[in-house]
Amino acid sequence: MPETHPRVIVVGGGLAGLAACVRIAEAGTPVDLFSMVPVKRSHSVCAQGGINACNDVARQQGYSEWQHMDETLIGGDFLNHQPPVYEMAHFAPKIINLLDRMGVPFNRTSEGMRDLRLFGGSLFKRTHFAGASTGQQLLYALDEQTRRYEAQGKVNKYEFWEFLWPVTDEEGRCKGIIAQDMRTMEMKAFRADAVVMASGGNGLIYGKSTMSVICNGAAAARCYQAGADLGNPEMIQVHPTAIPGEDKCRLMSESARGEGGRVWVPRQQNDDRHPLDIPEEERNYFLEEKYPGYGNLVPRDIATREIFWVCQEGYGVGGENQVYLDITHLPQATKNKLAAILEIYEKFTGDDPREVPMKIFPAVHYTMGGLYTTYAPYDPETDTITPASAPKREPNQGMAFGDPKNMMTNVSGLYAFGESNYAYHGATRLGANALLSCIFDGLFNGLSVANHAQQSGAGAHGTPAAELPQSLYDKFLKQEQDKLAKITASTGSQDPYTIHRELGVEMTAAATVVKEEGRMLQAREKLAELRERYTDLKISDTGHYTNQNVSFARALGDMLVYADALLEASLARKESRGSHYRSDYPERMDEEFHNTSRVAFNAESGRPDITWEPIPSPLVPLRARTYGKTDVVEDKKTQEQEAAAS
Amino acid sequence: MIAPNPSEKTFLVRIKRQDAESQPAYWQEFEVPVKPAQNIISVLQYIAANPTTTSGEDVEPVVWDSGCLEEVCGACTMVVDGQVRQSCSCLANEQLAKTGKDHIELEPMTKFPVVRDLFVDRQRMFDNLKKVKAWVPIDGTHDLGPGPKETPEQQEERYAYSRCMTCGCCLEACPQFTKDNTFVGAQAIAQALYFNQHETGKKLKGERLDELSGPGGVADCGNSQNCVKVCPKEIPLTQAIAKVGRQLTVHAVKNFFSAK
Repeated sequence: MPETHPRVIVVGGGLAGLAACVRIAEAGTPVDLFSMVPVKRSHSVCAQGGINACNDVARQQGYSEWQHMDETLIGGDFLNHQPPVYEMAHFAPKIINLLDRMGVPFNRTSEGMRDLRLFGGSLFKRTHFAGASTGQQLLYALDEQTRRYEAQGKVNKYEFWEFLWPVTDEEGRCKGIIAQDMRTMEMKAFRADAVVMASGGNGLIYGKSTMSVICNGAAAARCYQAGADLGNPEMIQVHPTAIPGEDKCRLMSESARGEGGRVWVPRQQNDDRHPLDIPEEERNYFLEEKYPGYGNLVPRDIATREIFWVCQEGYGVGGENQVYLDITHLPQATKNKLAAILEIYEKFTGDDPREVPMKIFPAVHYTMGGLYTTYAPYDPETDTITPASAPKREPNQGMAFGDPKNMMTNVSGLYAFGESNYAYHGATRLGANALLSCIFDGLFNGLSVANHAQQSGAGAHGTPAAELPQSLYDKFLKQEQDKLAKITASTGSQDPYTIHRELGVEMTAAATVVKEEGRMLQAREKLAELRERYTDLKISDTGHYTNQNVSFARALGDMLVYADALLEASLARKESRGSHYRSDYPERMDEEFHNTSRVAFNAESGRPDITWEPIPSPLVPLRARTYGKTDVVEDKKTQEQEAAAS
Repeated sequence: MIAPNPSEKTFLVRIKRQDAESQPAYWQEFEVPVKPAQNIISVLQYIAANPTTTSGEDVEPVVWDSGCLEEVCGACTMVVDGQVRQSCSCLANEQLAKTGKDHIELEPMTKFPVVRDLFVDRQRMFDNLKKVKAWVPIDGTHDLGPGPKETPEQQEERYAYSRCMTCGCCLEACPQFTKDNTFVGAQAIAQALYFNQHETGKKLKGERLDELSGPGGVADCGNSQNCVKVCPKEIPLTQAIAKVGRQLTVHAVKNFFSAK
């Protein structure tokens, strides 16, 4: 084990993790990168639509970074923190330029400029894209730069290694991790002066989601059990358009609508005509009717609920949970731009979406909540980066660049970047803001990590990891070895895959598009039952080599813990905000709930403790989130909902 | 992973298993209920939850590699009925209809060391990316303005190469690429071209071509054209090999004269 000081560990090799590696290595600090998969296969590859940033064209049409921030805040229903969102929106154009320099094949205009597309939550074209596989292209660019540092010996990769637990010293500072090689099953302690969790979302808690099979939230759940709090775990994004499948729900990108795709159902229930035989006037383009301004590009939570309700009212295609997403009318050139996603639809359903409207339904897609993180707001008094000739920003306009607090959890030295934190997206994430927040975290806050690692060991910052006694690491290593030995030796009756299936079905039914107290209380009972059954596992592989069975069983325990926190926060938030819609509390209640649900793991009870933490609004005052919904329809909708509920 | 509920109609799945690289391979057969729109991953998930062979033996669950299940991560490549492909995009009913058999055969890729069962180690592909310096040598992450402009046609050509997901199909199908030789194969050659085409990436063109001019380089290609036929992303791999071949010729001539 290399024992230089300082060292940084990054857990997760998606966009956030790789951007962090590049930035931290550039700052001169060696990085050990841990990932359950070769980093080039991380879930970021699945992102399709694009990445948002203010640009020269939009700017001349009246758009600005400020407005990008404002859209992100209202999109998130003001549950996001304003200074980090300000910084992200203002940093975004630099990220696009950097990715461009790294060689990302962004689509081009005839003049050779970067092309732009329209995306949800905005009336301006501010989304940059590379075909319909933007996440893949961005991830590869950062993977290539990381490989460059790897070739120089500044980044050390541990691929097929699973993060098991953060190591903390006696003062509770994070000083390394315990990890396990998923092939040889070798378990080891690794020292570091700062650890970055960039471990992504937790879709697997819902069984089927649009996420990759590695996105089980276990890494974040382990940090939570080790003392790092969660923020807003109840905020889960359900993407409006996915292709339901046996093993997972595959994403159908928002870019299909951004490029002109239209969502509709037949006006007549159970209309069994071929969709192309249904004349225009007999189609209900319900999003366009209700939201004349944004149309099909309302934020995702709104589109999701509208699709969900239209199906509940019996208007789903064939009476089932599906609506049409129609791109058949688009010109060939536009269809070509969408080729990557259209191919996916064709491959997995056998239908050609260029000829026949796609059948889609919402699916769990993104984890807005996550590990609770802090930040140092920008302060002109301490700003050393703005040139003397330039005006300084106002207080709270952004974050203090390089401050070690930025995106650190409540555990000193333990950071959370990208989807695994909770800072940027509030109660709903806008399309094409995920790639941005992940890369932003790595590039902007990477320096904060490097600075923390440099400082550790000086004065009040504790002992450098390289000098800590081996006994500290051995203690945590033994904890994990014992945990694994216990699972491997289980001779009970409960199959982990069956428990997981039941967990997914229950969470999907109780805590997705529409939440309601009675149903969630039922789910609370079910989770208690599953936790009980989990203590009686049946392990069919008891070997000590590439044992996926025990790895999965171990992660299942962590998923159950995360699901508990998610459900309890959903119960406690008695209001509707963004993606969190309570049919029993349909209004946003700012007085009581314009707060972060901060969830701490109670080690004694093994259950979550929730406190409410106020969210300052130093830049933008709260306002209603309507997206120009027509009032008439609003009243009709309310009546319909009441009728449906009764 | 989802354990499906049992249902009536079934088909057979034969899986070539191997406990570790040093161990001998063996076959096992499982019976799997038919489900609509069921891909090979769902089949393997069912077997993981019900690891009992057709001869009634309780066995250890099959080990395999997977990720996105949308054919963009490249993880789940394996040999299905003798053909290399991603298992996520292989629908069981279509496969059975295609072969006309009552069973599906799954094997690990043969050109890479087996870790266990269907899970192989493709580290060599990532090492080859390091060899051909598959990156753009930027100055750093500071804000230094936009990258070079390019035409939509240039973008379109580069985009095709940028979709390579390091899945290994091209190498599995290549008669020249073997477990123990040094040939880098179509994947690394196409990536070298991808970066040679970029305005800044070109700065390392000479070094890339030096790497591809020696043993294990482009000259080892036997022109069987198998790679392009199996590429799931339809990357013009043979075209890339031809283009790099021409770049090598020019490079060799330049080297010859500059050496004088």
